[in-house]
Amino acid sequence: MSKALFLGDEAVAQAALDAGLSGVYAYPGTPSTEITEFIQNSKQGKAGEVHSIWAGNEKTAMESAIGMSYAGKRAMVCMKHVGLNVAADPFMNSSITGANGGLVVVVADDPSMHSSQDEQDSRYYAKFALIPCFEPSNQQEAYDITYYAFEMSEKFRTPVLIRLTTRLSHSRSGVERKAERPQNPLNIEKDPKQFILLPANARKHYRKLLDKQPEFENDSLNSPFNKYIDGADKSMGIIASGIAYNYLMENFEGGKCPYPVLKISQYPLPTKLIAKMIDECGKVLIAEEGYPFIEEQVRGVLNRTGNIMGRLSGELPRDGELNPNLVAKALGLPDTYGAPVPELVVPRPPALCVGCPHIDSYTALNKAMEKHGKGKVFSDIGCYTLGALPPYNAIYTTVDMGASITMAKGAADAGLSPCVAVIGDSTFTHSGMTSLLDAIYENTPITVLILDNSTTGMTGGQDSHALGVLGEICKGLGVKEDHIHRINPLKGHLEENVAIIEKELEYQGVSVIIPTRECIQTLSRRMKKQQAAKK
Amino acid sequence: MKIDIILAGVGGQGILSIATIVGAAAIKRGMYMKQAEVHGMSQRGGDVQSHFRLSDQPIASDLIPLGKADMIISVEPMESLRYLPWLKKDGWLITNDQPFVNIPNYPDFDALKAELAKVQNCVAINADQIAKDLGSARSSNMVILGAASPYLQLPYEEIENAVRENFARKGEDIVNVNLACMKAGRELAEKK
Repeated sequence: MSKALFLGDEAVAQAALDAGLSGVYAYPGTPSTEITEFIQNSKQGKAGEVHSIWAGNEKTAMESAIGMSYAGKRAMVCMKHVGLNVAADPFMNSSITGANGGLVVVVADDPSMHSSQDEQDSRYYAKFALIPCFEPSNQQEAYDITYYAFEMSEKFRTPVLIRLTTRLSHSRSGVERKAERPQNPLNIEKDPKQFILLPANARKHYRKLLDKQPEFENDSLNSPFNKYIDGADKSMGIIASGIAYNYLMENFEGGKCPYPVLKISQYPLPTKLIAKMIDECGKVLIAEEGYPFIEEQVRGVLNRTGNIMGRLSGELPRDGELNPNLVAKALGLPDTYGAPVPELVVPRPPALCVGCPHIDSYTALNKAMEKHGKGKVFSDIGCYTLGALPPYNAIYTTVDMGASITMAKGAADAGLSPCVAVIGDSTFTHSGMTSLLDAIYENTPITVLILDNSTTGMTGGQDSHALGVLGEICKGLGVKEDHIHRINPLKGHLEENVAIIEKELEYQGVSVIIPTRECIQTLSRRMKKQQAAKK
Repeated sequence: MKIDIILAGVGGQGILSIATIVGAAAIKRGMYMKQAEVHGMSQRGGDVQSHFRLSDQPIASDLIPLGKADMIISVEPMESLRYLPWLKKDGWLITNDQPFVNIPNYPDFDALKAELAKVQNCVAINADQIAKDLGSARSSNMVILGAASPYLQLPYEEIENAVRENFARKGEDIVNVNLACMKAGRELAEKK
């Protein structure tokens, strides 16, 4: 079979389709978005044979996938690393219910925080939930692992986590596909107690999960994705996991590393192989993308012999992505470097697009806030976070999806006045609605701006659950009708918009202002499509 | 054969289509390829780069080590300089010399040109003007691809075929203007 060029994300998507996927559930988040988009654009996705419509957030996505697994079909959930925090409740409990149809959770971590607010490592979540975890090192492995993960999930009746990192998610390479497998038929869970996590049931299920641990480890030990590659020079051994394995091998012509190498792409850790390396080599360098997950386990808290090296011991940096140069330095190989960056080169940070409706919203808000001083605008996750940068300098917080509203509430409770929340339409339906309900319940004096650009902008313009229903949602939650305003974020409406914001800032209750104008990126794409259709 | 390229530009300038076209030509020859892209936040008018690697042997890393890139291909002059730490000593820098100014502190144009002139092997051309003269202002990335083509170690006809395939669904006019842009870039680079 000829090779197709796939991003790591796309390789996962294609493998899931080939493995007989019935549904993907996800909320967009860099670097995971392309998995679901690939399925949406596939033959099966377009025909509606595989469910691929975006979920409201990662928690609802995870729950729907558990439901599909309960019904006997293969389901996949995809998210970025911080999305797993949102989905953590159903995720953790899914390890107790176990899986009926194959249940695969794909989490794309973002070390170096290219598009994220932290660089948490999802391998800890898999260990926390006591489930198997995979960490592919290249696109072909991303494909093969995903294909196998569904099989393994059904064999051991457990959810399985696949951890990707940015560089693999967004790097393209040739991938060879396997045979297509049909979808599972409907086949609901036979044991009526399996998915009822009453304490009496849950205790038994938890015991069963603990009993499966040696089997999981045995699968890792015999896994084709974990390899012990012997080397003649036993003065040092190297453990490299996921994409770090590639950075290691880049430093040796033709992949001929003189030291023994243990490549890890499946967890729980195969302890026998690690013991073998320690016995043979004594000294071990551990290269892993993300937190020192393997290193911590291998060295323990004492590391009295100091023979375990990696991110904790300082041979590799404690934070940020790895690359071939960092690994070379850790190996004691000569570092390479071209010419320095000329001094006149300045940073070019991302910025709001020319014509972006958020620019007009911030201009109006800044004007209305002039007399109130700085530090009173709480914001959220999305393109509009760029309002933190000059020339706007309009917002003072960005923590997690939905936090703008509840942080404004907490600050108002503390006595700060006025308190303003700025949140996007999609972020609002993701996690802002319950926050707003808290404020309504107490009639907290906050002014909430829901920037409605009719899309999930930052991740490339995915459909938003909020489309056309924001006013209704706010009304339904209990915001008084005369304190809900739709405004038009355009230069010509500036004075009028400022007046509305100023008036609501005075109001001692919850008001919602919804600046409404389509994202300039989705608008221009729509126009291009329309033009093409006319031709 | 092995060639490592850093593609550079500003989000939205079309550096990825260069990679798509060269990648398609290389894959047809049965070569290995890895191409790391930047998605997400940086695409909003920020600096973007792609590590693009071709080889007749399997490729290990998705990222090119510092000091090992054979070429920098850039559609923006200041962005081309940002990646000099990756370029090897005798490597080539091929760039558009027309600045894309979307920041208030963009450097002085003449100082920028002087900095480019210091690079040992540099081809800097006005790709915007060539593309405009040929009737497709948006195709300056194809002019740059043309200027880089003599150094790619791939037969020119095969790159032309990949351009044809890449733009086929947009109609013959678009295919032809892109081919013309690429040829003009190539001819100019060969003269330099």
